[in-house]
Amino acid sequence: MADVVGWLLDPYEFEFMRRALLALLIVSVVGAIVGAFVVNKGLAFSGDALAHSTLAGVAVAFVAGGNVTLGALIAAVLTALGVGFTRARARVSYDTAIGILFVAMFSIGILVLSRRTSYTPDLFSFVFGNILGVSRADLVGASILALAVLVFVGAFYRELLLVAYDPAVASAMGVPARAFEYAVLVMIAFAVVIAIKAIGIVLVNAMLIIPAATAGMFAHRLGPIMVYGMAFALVASIVGLHLSYYAGVAASPAIVLTASAIFAVAVLLTSRRRPLEVRPRLEAVE
Amino acid sequence: MTSLSAPHIGELHVPAREGLAPEHAHRELALRVRDLWAGYPGRPPAIEGVDIDVPAGEMVGLVGPNGAGKSTLFKSILGLITPMRGTVEAFGRPVREARDDIAYMPQVEEVDWDFPVSVLEVVLMGRYHRLRPFRRWSRDDRTQSLEALERVGLTEVAGRQVGQLSGGQRRRVLMARSIARGARLLLLDEPFAGLDAAVQHDLIRILDDLAREGRSILIATHDLSCVANSCDEAVCLNRRVIAAGPPSQVLTAEVLTETFRSHLLAVGLAPAASGALVPGTGAGAGVADARRNGEPPPA
Repeated sequence: MADVVGWLLDPYEFEFMRRALLALLIVSVVGAIVGAFVVNKGLAFSGDALAHSTLAGVAVAFVAGGNVTLGALIAAVLTALGVGFTRARARVSYDTAIGILFVAMFSIGILVLSRRTSYTPDLFSFVFGNILGVSRADLVGASILALAVLVFVGAFYRELLLVAYDPAVASAMGVPARAFEYAVLVMIAFAVVIAIKAIGIVLVNAMLIIPAATAGMFAHRLGPIMVYGMAFALVASIVGLHLSYYAGVAASPAIVLTASAIFAVAVLLTSRRRPLEVRPRLEAVE
Repeated sequence: MTSLSAPHIGELHVPAREGLAPEHAHRELALRVRDLWAGYPGRPPAIEGVDIDVPAGEMVGLVGPNGAGKSTLFKSILGLITPMRGTVEAFGRPVREARDDIAYMPQVEEVDWDFPVSVLEVVLMGRYHRLRPFRRWSRDDRTQSLEALERVGLTEVAGRQVGQLSGGQRRRVLMARSIARGARLLLLDEPFAGLDAAVQHDLIRILDDLAREGRSILIATHDLSCVANSCDEAVCLNRRVIAAGPPSQVLTAEVLTETFRSHLLAVGLAPAASGALVPGTGAGAGVADARRNGEPPPA
């Protein structure tokens, strides 16, 4: 018993581990809230596009010596507005338009970085995530963005629900449906920026999709899906962080793989549920 | 150049009105539509010069084939698409100011049935206009919503995710939402499409009750028997209003032939208009039969 407690608590003697845990708590909460919309409105590709587009902002800010997180935020929000505009009036298919937007932004990032010859470890922490390198300033920035998302969803939860379920009636009631659709995309941008330092551009979308998808197997209303998603994300984060600490592997993929494993178990559990309900009836017929 | 291919309002030619326009000057109008032209950019107008009156407390049936502009009419009445021309008033005010008095039930396909919301949550959506940010639903909101659910017979599935409902139950949820809104004017776009007769009958009974309570209803439907039996007035639409007035006068073979054109199929020509003509994918021979036998049914 003491071993387990020790296994759980020992890592947090270090301040960087405490910061890592706090960062993952914020990522889990926001990722589950925003992820509930991403998964249930088919926005997974948009989430990936927003994540990759941040490289352009990161690269420009890095080269210009500016605030890298701010650069990522600007790039992500601009891309979110571009995605929204494309959804509203693209002449090519939505997938195609987003695909182009996303690779164009990513290419800007690579292009800008290709001018630099020296190895830049700071930069790679954005691409692959560096949970142990999360600074106090990163936490403050993430908290502000997280608070913005929480207040917005808290204030307009019912409007968001109505627009997601029935945009025509929302408009007929005077709810600005288009504006709320943009707002959801901007929330995804915020969630991505909150998580890139901890998880990295390449894997950040996993924290939006996997916990919310897992939660969707146990709950059928948006609110509970958000709460269950937070729990799944937090468990995956803690397990992944400890695996990383004790096995000496990168934290970000360890967390994502743990989340994927939980998802796989959930699939098995829920797929077994239905036959179990049916079986007694079949026996009764025989 | 014909009026159909002219996108500019100035060039549009307004056809002479051929309908049986009723006079409602002495009654309060729940909905008053005048000379409404609307459509989508780059295409000819979907509706042209439409006039419709829905007198307070009456049920008006809007009849027309697919593509006649029924949904476009609803959307332009509600301001979801901007009309090219014309005026729309609800209870004597512009629709924008009368939104809380209007409940709109869209076609069932326009709603995202996979989204994780419960039946009760959907019905509560009808009460959004009474809500301030951060506030919880009031007791009154919940009571009204549960009563609306009871009226449509869905109390037992209140907690279910809407995607688990059958086609008929889905219409009933949307209808309960419209009822919970407490609006005086209901705009219903094809509430019976794809339903079997028994389910349809239940829904019509609910609508009859609502009309009896004094609510005004504009209902788009393919179902002529519903219009003949339950509606106070019928409006036949095919881009423009072909005819409008009491169903017994409007639902004649002649008007229906004009409205449905090649979509009309004549089946067993009984004296009542309701049984005589069924819109479908019929052939020209049926239309000719209908015209030959087309006598106004007894009022």
